[in-house]
Amino acid sequence: MPDRRMIVLAAIALIAVLLFLTVGLRGNVQFVLQLRALKLLALLQVAISIAVSTVLFQTVTANRILTPSIMGLDALYLFGQTALIFALGGFGYASLDAGTKFGAEVLLMIALAGALLWPLIRTRMDMNLMLLMGVTLGLLFRSLSQLLSRLLDPNAFAIVQTASFANFNMLRADLTILGTIITLAAVVVSWRARHVLDIVGLGREAAIGLGVSWIRTAAGLLLLVAILVAVSTALVGPVVFFGLLVAALAERVMRTQRHALLLPAAALIAIIILVGGQTLLQHGLGGASTLGVVIEFVGGLVFLALLFHESRK
Amino acid sequence: MIVIENVSLSHRDTPILRDIDLSLPRGGITALVGPNGAGKSSLFSLIARLQPLQKGRITVDDMPVDTTPSRTLAQRLAILRQDGAVANRLTVREIVGFGRFPHHRGRPAAEDLALVDAALSEFDLHSLADRFIDTLSGGQRQRAIVAMTFCQGTDYLLLDEPLNNLDMFHARQLMRCLRTIADERQRTAIIVLHDINQAASYADRIVALRDGRVIADGTPDDVLTEDHLESIFGYRMKVEHMNGKPFVLHHL
Repeated sequence: MPDRRMIVLAAIALIAVLLFLTVGLRGNVQFVLQLRALKLLALLQVAISIAVSTVLFQTVTANRILTPSIMGLDALYLFGQTALIFALGGFGYASLDAGTKFGAEVLLMIALAGALLWPLIRTRMDMNLMLLMGVTLGLLFRSLSQLLSRLLDPNAFAIVQTASFANFNMLRADLTILGTIITLAAVVVSWRARHVLDIVGLGREAAIGLGVSWIRTAAGLLLLVAILVAVSTALVGPVVFFGLLVAALAERVMRTQRHALLLPAAALIAIIILVGGQTLLQHGLGGASTLGVVIEFVGGLVFLALLFHESRK
Repeated sequence: MIVIENVSLSHRDTPILRDIDLSLPRGGITALVGPNGAGKSSLFSLIARLQPLQKGRITVDDMPVDTTPSRTLAQRLAILRQDGAVANRLTVREIVGFGRFPHHRGRPAAEDLALVDAALSEFDLHSLADRFIDTLSGGQRQRAIVAMTFCQGTDYLLLDEPLNNLDMFHARQLMRCLRTIADERQRTAIIVLHDINQAASYADRIVALRDGRVIADGTPDDVLTEDHLESIFGYRMKVEHMNGKPFVLHHL
């Protein structure tokens, strides 16, 4: 029963959140809770953005093994960081105004997505061609950042390395709240489009036959994906790595492709993985690794277990 | 009425359709026939607005297909594409239910659910209603998709080789069903068909294409003569008559 599964997921997510807030609570409780609440907000925002953007992206592209990172947004972010550190040096980079930086990063990433989407809208370019352009641009940005990192001095390079992983430890409250508001707005739009998404998932021709104006819908959904990815990347760094895992898990757990179930399930699973992973990292592993490693390891195991379980049925 | 005026299409420098003029009045079954590469599917996708018009004009009930909102058209015109890939984790009932989407945009009323039920019975799908589409055979899946197209309840049905994958029983049932809705509900069906004898038995009108041109147009009796068939398909085949209908021995 789909509803029961959703309740179970919600319960696990709630437990993960509670554990994150309460495990090892000591010292100035109010201060620690405030700190953790801010971090939790960022984690939730990122989890939901990644889950929703990946599900939307896979539906529009009719491909279950893609993530939005194929559009090259995170590569652009990384290149931007490297270029900034290269130009301003480690100290100059650290003293940049976080608010301005956040705004500029979000706008730049959305501008890139707009540039990719433009030919799709104007000349009805094939979507696969557009994705290929994204791949190529992503490769270009990655190569450029590699080139720049080679030219950096070791201290500055260490800063680049820190910037290239998601980081939930240096958060600004105002930016986190702003990011959460933007994400919430995008999520509301996605939720309202859930029925259209079901139709879009049938493929371009079937969707047109059922009265979806394809170009407008596809471009709008991809823009939504870009906003979600841009905001969470600018907030904490590149995090799209686990979108694939979340979307695949949601589909397997819910056993449906109806977005009314798929979207919330993916969001809950992302929360479980991200918040649970962060709790495990902080308290189980003493912060000895990065969250990405924990997520890919634990998530990968869960995914394998599910596949195994399914093939035995 | 669907009116096709002066429509041409080319891919790079290769012409695919050349100056097609056709009008398809309301009611009845029209079969589009022709050899591979004749332009049947291209013409189909132009009428179905799946591809932009390069030259000419196509209207459905006086609405130009390239400028009318997609949803408005979807309430008049349902399309079924050859081998339309469908997402896997959907049940037959969900797929068929999507046919009502242009009418309710995601909030099905009791009437919509009743129509879905009727389509399920009509296409012999009740026992499969809760199965996932990826657990079905090709023919069963095709039936589900055909049922979805019927469920859209439009005046015009555009079907691109709907008999693909169907066994004789279900192919006959589909053609009979088309005949019924054409006769009793004044619906219009335009079908791309490879089986010339299905066209002979069920269509009111046959339009034959070759090399992007209409080379024959008329009732089955007019079009299915040995001379016409030779000019359409490039070889001579015998035509017999059974119960007053032409019967083409194309396989001999």
